[in-house]
Amino acid sequence: MPAAGGGRAGPGPLRQRGTRRLQGTPPASPLSPRPPAGRRAALGLVTLLSFASRFHRLPEPPHVCWDETHFGKMGSYYINRTFFFDVHPPLGKMLIGLAGYLSGYDGTFPFQKPGDRYEQHNYMGMRGFCAFLGSCLVPFAYLTVLELSKSLPAALLTAFILIFDTGCITLSQYILLDPILMFFLMGAVLSMVKCNSCADRPFSASWWLWLSLTGVNLAGAMGVKFVGLFVVLLVGLNTINDLWDLLGNLNLSLVTFGKHFLARVLCLILLPLTLYMAMFAVHFAVLNKSGPGDGFFSSAFQSQLIGNNLHNVSIPEQDGYPLSCHCDPYPGGLCRGEGIYTYLHKDLNNLWIIKKHDSDADSSSPVEFVRHGDIIRLEHKETSRNLHSHQHEAPLTRKHFQVTGYGINGTGDSNDFWRIEVVGRRAGRLIKVLRSKIRLTHVATGCILGSSGKTLPKWGWEQVEVTCTPYVKETPNSLWNFEDHINPKLPNISLDVLKPSFVEILLESHMVMIRGNSGLKPKDNEVTSKPWHWPINYQGLRFSGVNETDYRVYLLGNPVVWWLNLFTIGLYLLIAISTAVALKRGVQLTSEHKGELSRVVLCGGGQVALGWLLHYLPFFMMGRVLYFHHYFPAMLFSSMLTGITWDTLLKFFSQFLSPSTTARRVYEGGIVALILLIVYSFYLFHPLSYGMIGPMASDPSSPMAGLRWMDSWEF
Amino acid sequence: MAAAARRSPLACLEALSLAGTLPLALCGSHSLLGQTFDRMLGFLKNPVVVTAEINLSLVALTVMGLMSRLWGLSYPRAVVFDEVYYGQFVSLYMKRIFFVDDSGPPLGHMLLALGGYLGGFDGNFLWNRIGAEYSMNVPVCSLRFLPALAGALCIPLAYQILVELHFSHCAALGAALLILLENSLITQSRFMLLESILIFFILLAVLSYLKFYNLQRHSSFSGRWCFWLLLTGVACSCAVGVKYMGLFTYMLLLAIAGLHFWHMLGDRTLSNVSLVCHFLARGLALLVIPVAMYLSFFYVHLALLYRSGPHDQIMTSAFQASLEGGLARITQGQPLEVAYGSQITLRNVLGKPMQCWLHSHTNTYPIRYENGRGSSHQQQVTCYPFKDVNNWWIVKDPGMQQLVVSNPPRPVRHGHIVQLVHGITTRYLNTHDVAAPLSPHSQEVSCYIDYNISMPAQNLWRVVKHNILHLKLFISACYLSHCSNSESLLFTFFFQWKILTLKNEDTEHKYSSSALDWITMDTNIAYWLHPTSGAQIHLLGNVCTWASANVAAVVYTCLSLWYLIRRRRKIYDIPEDAWQLWVSAGQICVGGWVVNYLPFFLMEKTLFLYHYLPALTFQILLIPIVLQHLSDHLCRSLLSKSMFSALVVAWFSSVCFAYRTFSPVTYGEPLSVAELKDLRWKDSWNILIRKQGR
Repeated sequence: MPAAGGGRAGPGPLRQRGTRRLQGTPPASPLSPRPPAGRRAALGLVTLLSFASRFHRLPEPPHVCWDETHFGKMGSYYINRTFFFDVHPPLGKMLIGLAGYLSGYDGTFPFQKPGDRYEQHNYMGMRGFCAFLGSCLVPFAYLTVLELSKSLPAALLTAFILIFDTGCITLSQYILLDPILMFFLMGAVLSMVKCNSCADRPFSASWWLWLSLTGVNLAGAMGVKFVGLFVVLLVGLNTINDLWDLLGNLNLSLVTFGKHFLARVLCLILLPLTLYMAMFAVHFAVLNKSGPGDGFFSSAFQSQLIGNNLHNVSIPEQDGYPLSCHCDPYPGGLCRGEGIYTYLHKDLNNLWIIKKHDSDADSSSPVEFVRHGDIIRLEHKETSRNLHSHQHEAPLTRKHFQVTGYGINGTGDSNDFWRIEVVGRRAGRLIKVLRSKIRLTHVATGCILGSSGKTLPKWGWEQVEVTCTPYVKETPNSLWNFEDHINPKLPNISLDVLKPSFVEILLESHMVMIRGNSGLKPKDNEVTSKPWHWPINYQGLRFSGVNETDYRVYLLGNPVVWWLNLFTIGLYLLIAISTAVALKRGVQLTSEHKGELSRVVLCGGGQVALGWLLHYLPFFMMGRVLYFHHYFPAMLFSSMLTGITWDTLLKFFSQFLSPSTTARRVYEGGIVALILLIVYSFYLFHPLSYGMIGPMASDPSSPMAGLRWMDSWEF
Repeated sequence: MAAAARRSPLACLEALSLAGTLPLALCGSHSLLGQTFDRMLGFLKNPVVVTAEINLSLVALTVMGLMSRLWGLSYPRAVVFDEVYYGQFVSLYMKRIFFVDDSGPPLGHMLLALGGYLGGFDGNFLWNRIGAEYSMNVPVCSLRFLPALAGALCIPLAYQILVELHFSHCAALGAALLILLENSLITQSRFMLLESILIFFILLAVLSYLKFYNLQRHSSFSGRWCFWLLLTGVACSCAVGVKYMGLFTYMLLLAIAGLHFWHMLGDRTLSNVSLVCHFLARGLALLVIPVAMYLSFFYVHLALLYRSGPHDQIMTSAFQASLEGGLARITQGQPLEVAYGSQITLRNVLGKPMQCWLHSHTNTYPIRYENGRGSSHQQQVTCYPFKDVNNWWIVKDPGMQQLVVSNPPRPVRHGHIVQLVHGITTRYLNTHDVAAPLSPHSQEVSCYIDYNISMPAQNLWRVVKHNILHLKLFISACYLSHCSNSESLLFTFFFQWKILTLKNEDTEHKYSSSALDWITMDTNIAYWLHPTSGAQIHLLGNVCTWASANVAAVVYTCLSLWYLIRRRRKIYDIPEDAWQLWVSAGQICVGGWVVNYLPFFLMEKTLFLYHYLPALTFQILLIPIVLQHLSDHLCRSLLSKSMFSALVVAWFSSVCFAYRTFSPVTYGEPLSVAELKDLRWKDSWNILIRKQGR
C-alpha cells in the first residue's frame, strides 16, 4: 500500500473513518443507496450461479484428466497409507484423500495416466469437493470487493467476471490442488480485509474471529502449495502497515500497542505455524507404509516405514575394521539396489569392505573402530577391487576426476587411499551408522568423492556418475552415510534408537521438497510456458483429448474477461498515478471525492494490485518449469481490481452529468453493459470448459468455428 | 575544495582528470557571465586577480592513490587471471576483427583496447594461459594503466561524495583513506580488469547526482545544474556500458531521482509548468541520453571491427556479408534478389545451438527407427553446419517445367509458392504427414523419391520473408542470405547480441564462490603465482575494513529502525536536519550496497569474489558516516567524545596494519613458506603453499 494514501494514518483518520462508516452505512453516496437486504440477495444470486456453473457437467469426462493422475493418485496413497514424495506440502492431497474416503472411494484406482476411465470407481466425491471449494471463490471475491469499495456494482462485476470465466470453471472441476489453494488464498484475503474493517473496535469477538481466520487460511494456503507464501507476504505487509499506523497513533499507550502486536504474533505467526506443523504430523502419522517416496529421504527416516528394508533391522552401531557397508549418497541419490525390499535380497554390488590403508586386517584381530580422519581403503566385496581415483577426467563432468575400481584381491596402489571425515566433528571420534554424514577425501589428489547427478549412457547402465571433485566445497553431493553395516564381531543395535525426532523429519522433508522443486527444470528444447504469456491468455492447457473424436476440455481463460483484466491493469495504473499526483499537488476536489479516491483507488485498489504483483512477478525469477495455471491466483486479484477500477471510473465520470438521474443511469448502464458483455462471451466460449466433441475450431462446421482468435490456442 | 566547486563546476573535474599534476581551480574574482558594458569598465578598473583554492588533502589523497595503484604496474610481466580473457578482446580490437562477448557490453573492452592502442600494441599475443610470460611487443604498463587510473580516482571521488552528503571533511578523509587502503580494490585495479573502471563510473554517477541535487534548491536550470545532471546520465550509461552490473546503480539513482521528484510535486510553490520542465529535463538526461549513449557504444564497436572473425557465425547472414573477408568474399557480386531459377543456400537464422544450412544427400531415412517408429524411407534432409555443395538448392516455379532463369528474371516475392530442387540430386524438398525422426509431433522433411506408392509429393512451399524457418507445409521461411540492409544493421546486431547466450556447461570453477561467502570474505581468488619464487597475488580484502563495514551496516540499520520507531511516537532523538542527512546518506550507501549485492542471490551464473567489490565500496563509504554520527550525537560529554576519537584512531591503525600485512599478496612480493602460512588467517582461504622438497 502506498503510504501516500494517508487515509489510515494517525488518530484523526482512524476516528474519521469510524464516523464515516457510521454515517455512511445508509446513504454513503447518492449513487449506491441500497439496503443490506439487496446485498444479501445479490450474494445469494452470485453464490447460486457460481455453484451452478461449477457443478454443471461435473462428472464429464469420466476419465482421468491432466494432473488428476498425480493428485488423485496421491489421494489414494493417503487412503492406502503408502509413503510417497511430492514437491508440494501435504494438506491439499490429504483433503483430497479425505474427501475420497468420506465419499466411499476405496483407493484402488491406479490413476496411471490421463485418459484412463474411472469405470465403477467413485471419483465424484473428490471432484465435488474441489468444485465446492472452487465455487466458494466467487462469494469470497464478492465480499472482499464489497468490503474494499463499499460498492455493490463493483462487487457484482467482480463476481460475474469470476463466475463466467471459463478458466476458473475448468480449474475448479477436477481433482487438482489449485481450487484448494485458491480457496485458502481468497479466504485469507477476505478475512484480512474483514479484520481491517473491524479496526475501529479492536479485541472484539468479530475482530478476533477474522484475525484468527486469517491465520488459519494462511496455514491452509501454505499447506497446499508453496505459492501460498505470496499471500503470506501480502498479509505480512498489510500487518506491518497496520502496526505502523497503530504505532503512530499517540492516543494508544505502548501497552495497548503491545497487545495489538502480540495478538498478531499469536494469530498470524504462531497459530499458522502450529497448524502447518500439525498437518505434517498427520501426514507422517497417516503414511506409515513403505512406498515410492522412500528413496528421497535419509536412511534414518526410511527405517521408520513399515515394509522398508531398513525397518526393524538391527546393525552394529559403530564401524569397525573390517566391515561391509552399503553406501548411499546422502540423501536421495540413486544407488543400485534401491527399491529392493527384503534384507536378504539386497544388491550385493553395493557392499564395500573398509580396510586400513596399510594392513589387511585378518579376521582374528580385535575390532578396531573407524575414526574421523582415518585413512582407509574401500574394497568392493564382490569384485575385490579397491575404490580408486586418479587424475583422469571423469566421463561426463570433465573438470572432475574419474573414479574406478582398481587392483586385484584388494592390493592396489596409493591412489586407493581415502581419508574419512565426519561433517562437523573433530579427529578421533567414532563413526556411527546412518547418523554420521561422512566425506571421503582422496589422499593423493585431495579431491572429494561425490556423485555428479548426471546419468551415464547405456554402457554405464544409466546409473548416476560418481566423480572425485577437486573443488573442496560443502555440497550434499559429496556427503555419504553408512546404511547397511555387517560386522559379526560388533553388537547389533535396533534402528529404533536412531528414530529421528519430528522436527528433524519436518526439516528433512522441507529440504527434499525444496530440492525437488528446484529440480523441476525444463529440458532442453522443451517448449515451456513463459510468465508473459499468461495475462494475455496466449496459450492454454489441454486437460483432456487431442483428436476430433475425443471429448476435449481446454483450460483457457475467457478471452474477453482476461483482456479486459489486462487492459484494466494499465487503466488502474493511470488512474492511481493521476490520483496520487492530484492529491499531492492539492488539486481542488470536493472532500467526498478526495476521500473516495484515496480510500478506494489508492487503499483498496492498492491492496489488490499489490496482491496481483506478489502473485505474478516472482514467477519471472523462477527457474523451474512453469505452467499456465500458475497465473490463476494472480488472476483472482486482477479480476477484483477490474471490478473496483471500472466502478470508480464510471462513478467518477458519470458525476459530471447534470441531472443525477442521468448520472445514475449512465453509471448503472455501464456496469450492466460490462456484465452482459461477459455473459455473452461466456456463451460463446463455454464449450472450452464443458467439453467439445467434433471437429476442431479450424473446421467451419465446428461449434467453435471462428472463435480461435489466436493461432496459439489449440482447440 | 567545496568552496572552489561552488564557483566552478569544472574545477573538480579538472582536479580529477588532471590527476598527477597540480589541480588548479581558477576562478575570476568576478563572473564573466552576463557582462555588460558597465561591468566591463568596472572590471577594467579593478586589478585582474586570479585566486586558486586548492584542497591539499584532496591532492595528497589523489597522489597517494596514484602511487598505490600505479606503483610497479608492469610487474608481474605475465598474464594475470582474467587478463587472459580480456586480453583476447584487446587483441581482436587491435586487429579489427569482429567478435561479440556474451558477458557484457563493449565499452569496457574498448577502454582496455584504448590503453593497448596508446601503447602501440599490435595485438600479436596468444592469450591462452594464466601465468604465461608477456612477449616484448606487449605494452603491459599501458594496458594496465587505465584501470589503475580509474581505481586511483575512486579515492578523491569517495572524498567528494561524503562532502556532498554534507558530512565533515574529517569523515570524507576517512572514507578516502579506507578506499585507499583496501587491498582487494588495489589488486583489482592493478590489472587489465574491468571492475575498477566500473566502480569509477558508479561513484562518478553518484557524485554527479549529489552535486546536481545540492544545486537543485538554489539554482535550478543553471549551467552547473545542467552539467551535473548530464554527467549523471553519461556516467550511468558508461557504468552500464562497462558491465551490466552498472545497471543496479543506475536503477538506484533513477529511484532516488524519482523519490526526490515526488517530494518536489508536494511543493506547492512550484508551478505546474516548471514541474513539467523539471520532469522533462530529468527524463532527457537520465533516460534518453543513457540509452542513446549505450547504443552508441555498440555503434563504435561495429565501426571499429570491420574484419571477419571467429564469432561471425552467430550473427545473421546479412550482417556477416557486411564484414571484410568471411561471407562478404562469397556474396560479393552476387545478385541481390532471388529469382526463379536462382541457386541458393538456406541458413537457419536462429543459429542455435549452431548455425547450419539446409542440406540433403543421397542417403535415405532408415525404414524403421530404433524405437520402432516407421519413416518414409526417402532422401534425408538435414541442417548441416559446414559449407558444402550439397547445401545448394534451386528455386523453381511450380507452374513451369524448366529450371532456367527467364530473361528478364522474375524475382521471388513474399507469399509466392515455389518448389526447391536440390542441386546435386535434383530431388524436390518435400514434407508429409510422417513423424520426423526425433520430434514425433513434427512432420518429416525429405527429398521426394517417387516410390510409386499412394503418397503424392507435397513439395510446394510458400516463401514468407523474415521469419524463422518453420518446416510446415506451405509455410516455409527463407531468410535470403544476401539481402543486406544496412539501416537495420545496428539494431539487428543489437538484438542478436541480446539473444546470444553461449550456454555455459560447467559453471564450476576452482575459485567460484557463493554470494554468502563474500560478506565474511570466506573466499579468495589466486590471481597469479610466480613459477619459482613463491610470490603470489591474491584477491584478498582488508580483513579489518570488511569487518568494520559489516558492523557499520548493522549499526546503521539498527539505529535507523530505532529512530524511525521513536519518531513515530513523536520522540525526536536527533535534530531534523541531522536525521535528513542520516537518511540521505543511507539511501546512497546502504542502497548502493543492497542493489549491488542482493541480486546475486538470484543469479545462476558463476560468481566470484570480485563481483562484490562495487557493493563493498558503498559499504566502506558507510563506515565514516556511522562513526561521525556516533561521535556527534551519541557521545554527549567531552570525555566520551575524546574516548571515541581514541578508539577510532586505534581502529584505524589496525586497518593500516591489516593493509601492511596483506600487501605482499596484493603487490606480489616474494614470501617464504612460513610467512605464507602466517597469512592464512582463515582456513577457507586458498593460499598456494608449495609442498616441501619439490
